[in-house]
Amino acid sequence: MIASGPRKRRYSILTRRDRVVLFLMVGIPVALTVVFIWLPTLASILLSFTNYQGIGGLTASNIVGLKNYVFLFTQYTLFWPALTHNLLWLAFFVFIASPIGIFFAVLLDREIRGSRIYQNIFYFPVVLSLAVVGFIWELQYAPDGFIDSVLGLTSQNNAIDWLGNSSLNIWAVLVAASWRHVGYIMVLYLAGLKSVDPTLREAAAIDGASERQTFLRVIFPVMAPINIVIVVVTVIESLRAFDLAFIINQGTNGLELLSTLITNNSISEASLIGFGSSIAVVLLVISLVPIVLYLSRVLRTTAE
Amino acid sequence: MTTPETTPETTPVQGWLAPSRRGPSGRRVLLHAFLITMSLIWIFPLAWAFFTALRPFSDTVVHGYWSWPTSLSFQNFIDGWNNANLGYYYINTMIVAVPAVIITLILASLVAFALTRVRSRINLFLLMMFTAGNLLPPQVIIVPLYHLYLAIPIPKPLSDNGLLYDQYIGIILIHVVFQMGFCIFVLSNYMRTLPKELNEAALVDGASLFRTFRSIILPLCTPALAALGTLEFTFIYNDFFWALLLMKTGSKRPITSALNNLQGQFFTDQNVLAAVALMVAVPTIIVYIALQRHFIRGLTLGSTKG
Repeated sequence: MIASGPRKRRYSILTRRDRVVLFLMVGIPVALTVVFIWLPTLASILLSFTNYQGIGGLTASNIVGLKNYVFLFTQYTLFWPALTHNLLWLAFFVFIASPIGIFFAVLLDREIRGSRIYQNIFYFPVVLSLAVVGFIWELQYAPDGFIDSVLGLTSQNNAIDWLGNSSLNIWAVLVAASWRHVGYIMVLYLAGLKSVDPTLREAAAIDGASERQTFLRVIFPVMAPINIVIVVVTVIESLRAFDLAFIINQGTNGLELLSTLITNNSISEASLIGFGSSIAVVLLVISLVPIVLYLSRVLRTTAE
Repeated sequence: MTTPETTPETTPVQGWLAPSRRGPSGRRVLLHAFLITMSLIWIFPLAWAFFTALRPFSDTVVHGYWSWPTSLSFQNFIDGWNNANLGYYYINTMIVAVPAVIITLILASLVAFALTRVRSRINLFLLMMFTAGNLLPPQVIIVPLYHLYLAIPIPKPLSDNGLLYDQYIGIILIHVVFQMGFCIFVLSNYMRTLPKELNEAALVDGASLFRTFRSIILPLCTPALAALGTLEFTFIYNDFFWALLLMKTGSKRPITSALNNLQGQFFTDQNVLAAVALMVAVPTIIVYIALQRHFIRGLTLGSTKG
């Protein structure tokens, strides 16, 4: 696999032992990735065409074709809500949280006093686990927590149950998730802004461009590589969303997500492995969009 | 969230280049007012958690959480720590996180080094395979992985039930596998910036491939390794999903995943819950404060290159 084939003369300086070492260096990690990531991915796809429930061997009689998908799309009442919540999560991150992060980065990129302190404050939620973020925000949203108290609502006096109300809780969770996402995007974008050639700004200034014009017409376009990273990070984070919903109510009652449906169907309550796998495949197909985008754009520049 | 920021954008572009000690012009005051407001909003949830944690339950039960405190103490922290045996879960986390970070960095640096030595097409293919694996939502593979963990036999000293499931080694393994992709990507970019002459010089001196790696390339990668180590420790410390599904025994779970069980069992009131959430956050906050430079560089190394 390595250093073989017609063009091997470039590597002929390597001894036989070196080549074995090289093979082991790459071989073990490759084997681990194949066995524990790519084989299970393939298995998810194959299992989605079966009605396997995890008991006994898997035989030809388990193959049910597209039945799981038909049931998923037409009869399983939790699927469309879960998909909608994932898309809502994505939209909220793309149109609200990430732009706020970018906006903070643009503000803090200038030389203002205390820029470092502001950066640290916006950034610190990123180091917290989503489980801890969930606990911290439960204190805000609880019926006798901060938000209801400030609104003057008490437990006796029509308190709003932000996390218990199935039409409100997804929004409450999105605010908590954004609290963490904004800082993440801000740091990534700040690093990108720092790498922009300062002469571009000077040139724009000489041409009499306003700050807004400079950002939109000059800076933002040259930031294309980092913009793609931001898009990919945002999409992946929305598809991976699991921890917050699970900590709050196991991903039920208004907080269904594709990720929680997969685990709830195939591992916890029931053992509907075939059916759970069909949800996993839906998640996989959606995830491939940002993954392919990332690989084609970012790795292409790496290859050059 | 979008109100005051339109004003700073309208004045001439000198703002970008202006020295920091410029007089307090109107828009600068506005900018700071906006940033201070946002900062207060950002800090508030944590400050509120701290405030709640310092108040005795008896106080809040009578006066509500939104009230002037009659007394403040660290009793909730002590209760939370003792009731749930929290110290024990920190140790569980360390048993997983320390080996996972070390093994991830060793394997990733080996692969990254080897990739700088092979033809670009193979290099690109492998890089894609690792990176794509890192980006996949874990839920896509969890079901087959769960069964794989029940099927692979592991000898005694490494696993006390003969499996990967419900074992520290299983959790360490999945972290290594999942985190490797990101580290390989960052390290191979980093190694590519090192001068090529280093490798050639080593070859001329007759150093073996492994020796070149061990004595020349690896020491030069210390900044990247420090950055990745810091970041990976935080990632693994904060993991909730893997240990929740692949570690069945509650008492063996790392602290972040254990929170879910402990929640209803030991922390029945918000005050203790707040104290515990803060205690769980402390190690990552310490890592961030102490190694902040590395932490941010780790994140940005993965994104700005290219």
